[in-house]
Amino acid sequence: MSVVSARELTKIYDTEGVPVPALSDASFDIESGSFAAFVGPSGSGKSTLLNLVGCLDRPTKGQLTVVGEDVTGLGRDDGARFRGQHIGFIFQDFNLIPVLSAFENVEYPLLMLRDWSAKRRRARVEELLKAVELESFADKRPSQLSGGQKQRVAIARALVTGAKLVLADEPTANLDRETALRVIRLMKKMRDDLGTTFIFSTHDPKVMDAAELIFTLEDGKLKEDGGAA
Amino acid sequence: MMNILRIASRNLMRYRRRTLLTVSLISLGVMSVLIFVSVAGSFRQMMIGQITDAMLGHVQLHRRGYVASTDSLPLNLNIKAAEAKKIASILEKMPQVEAFSTRIKFGAMLSNYTETSNIRLTAVHPKQEQVTLPLLAGRIKGTEIQSLKRGHLLIPEILARGMKIKAGASVVLVATNRDGSVNGKSFRVAGIVEGLSGPGGRDGYLHIDDARELLRIKGAEITEVAIRIKDSTSLSQVVGALKKTFDVKKTAGKKNAAKKTANKQPDAKTSKGEKPGKLEVHSWRQLSPFSTIAKMIDLLTLFVQIMLVSIVLISVMNVMIMAVYERIREIGSIAAMGVRPRTILRLFLVEGLLLGSVGTIVGIVVSFLTVFALSASGFTFSFGRQQGLLLNPTMEPSTVAIVALGVMVVSALASLQPAIKASRMDPIEALRHV
Ligand SMILES: Nc1ncnc2c1ncn2[C@@H]1O[C@H](COP(=O)(O)OP(=O)(O)O)[C@@H](O)[C@H]1O
Ligand SMILES: [Mg+2]
Repeated sequence: MSVVSARELTKIYDTEGVPVPALSDASFDIESGSFAAFVGPSGSGKSTLLNLVGCLDRPTKGQLTVVGEDVTGLGRDDGARFRGQHIGFIFQDFNLIPVLSAFENVEYPLLMLRDWSAKRRRARVEELLKAVELESFADKRPSQLSGGQKQRVAIARALVTGAKLVLADEPTANLDRETALRVIRLMKKMRDDLGTTFIFSTHDPKVMDAAELIFTLEDGKLKEDGGAA
Repeated sequence: MMNILRIASRNLMRYRRRTLLTVSLISLGVMSVLIFVSVAGSFRQMMIGQITDAMLGHVQLHRRGYVASTDSLPLNLNIKAAEAKKIASILEKMPQVEAFSTRIKFGAMLSNYTETSNIRLTAVHPKQEQVTLPLLAGRIKGTEIQSLKRGHLLIPEILARGMKIKAGASVVLVATNRDGSVNGKSFRVAGIVEGLSGPGGRDGYLHIDDARELLRIKGAEITEVAIRIKDSTSLSQVVGALKKTFDVKKTAGKKNAAKKTANKQPDAKTSKGEKPGKLEVHSWRQLSPFSTIAKMIDLLTLFVQIMLVSIVLISVMNVMIMAVYERIREIGSIAAMGVRPRTILRLFLVEGLLLGSVGTIVGIVVSFLTVFALSASGFTFSFGRQQGLLLNPTMEPSTVAIVALGVMVVSALASLQPAIKASRMDPIEALRHV
């Protein structure tokens, strides 16, 4: 069963009257439980593609199915609702809320998106902090954490609501090699443990090696050599 | 909703100093309104009470033209005995009227055998005056108004001081009658009347029969009727009713004339068209200069309220605009997480409302304590010649409710624009913001 299915997915930006094709006719399928990567140089359309899959943006043309739902024409509000139900995000620059502790950052989506009791929230957050090996850092603020630790908190946050699909746009770009690999391995371990599909983008060959499924983008076009790594 | 409240308050605590500053500003605004309204309101209330309960009554009746020439205290504009009798019988039947007092007002010379001075006098039926002006007794030192006997005179404080007259002294009043002849009569000073600002505020008092004797007035002629009404909040309605009865422009139309003149003005001339009645009805507002001050107080109250609205609007808006601007990336990431636009809107609205409500609560508590302290300390003040007036400020629950509601509404309005802006942000752009 494919968790993401795209047919001739196209995004054309309109910059001051000049059409900029950021993604052209991309067709691909990603099976549930995959650990997939979109790779390519800067400007090749990785972010554009992940934004479309994450329902943050709408395609100019083509068709897109995510978690079994046709999201091609989803509006703002429906898009938000859909993301809240099915998708988790990990960002390049972590985007943790600076004034909240690691625990509170992971808890945040539950407060906003789920009507859970405090007890249930606590149990869930602790479970995920343990899974990313940060139980002892629960009370630390982002400023007291290293880059790798911050991204691990972000992984816990992306998974806390039980998302089926986690999208990570260049999650390791702000980390050193060593840390980047550890973060990617942690993501893979979470996929193994939870069965969550992970799709990330990168231009780092070492990081992309960890992916089980690699799609290469060049000037907004998907290269046909895509497939098993 | 609880979670939104929790997150909103947590967000406010991020910028402790800024939040504290805004909350104090709002509290200060709320305090100035509540304390002003309370102190000014009690001052107003007390002054009006003095005017209506110790000097003028709520409404007065005069012969047409008297009020315009009240300064010269003319005797030729008195209400004739027959008319006075009719008025009395009508007033006695009016359900809105609690009591009334018929008076003669005149000017005279007061002599203590060494000095002579002008004096303005109000001659009264002591019992009538007492029930119509229940606070008049409080202005009199040395005796009580209802026990004012013939041959007694109450003189105004300012004259007593100026002429060094003490209670118990004997004095002579000399007055010019309507026909120009002069008459004198000796009196014993039974008491001193505290002055009040406004017409009649520096009058002496004597028994109405003494005035008639001195002025050689035969019969029950009077100058004015002071009326106390049962419900002072319905003043304008009662004035309207009294005007209809005494002061209306009667039409000569047969039906109307038949109905209206039956008991109210049977001696109205049957001329054609409309014609004013013989009498004039004035409320205390028209008679006392204090009504202008009361209007000023109302105006100032309005002004202070506008200030409060501006303070709340500007400070809440300022904080919320800053909050949205500082948290653009955060808004982007929570929007990406799936927080819906309307929830983001609510989050910022609640934040603004929280600022307003905390400010209001603090403001109300501090105002309450201040007003309570003012009340308990027996805060006195002087107004004009009146000294040591005791102010008893109170906070009306309705005022507090209106102010609280107003601040909440304005806080919501002030945070609406920033909140809408936040909710409409495109998550991709917001996330890209540096
Ligand atoms: N909002 C936008 N408006 C106009 N052009 C855009 C916008 N976002 C991306 N692009 C263009 O689309 C192309 C792909 O960009 P992007 O998807 O960000 O690439 P990548 O993430 O691989 O670096 C680039 O040429 C970029 O300039
Ligand atoms: Mg990119």
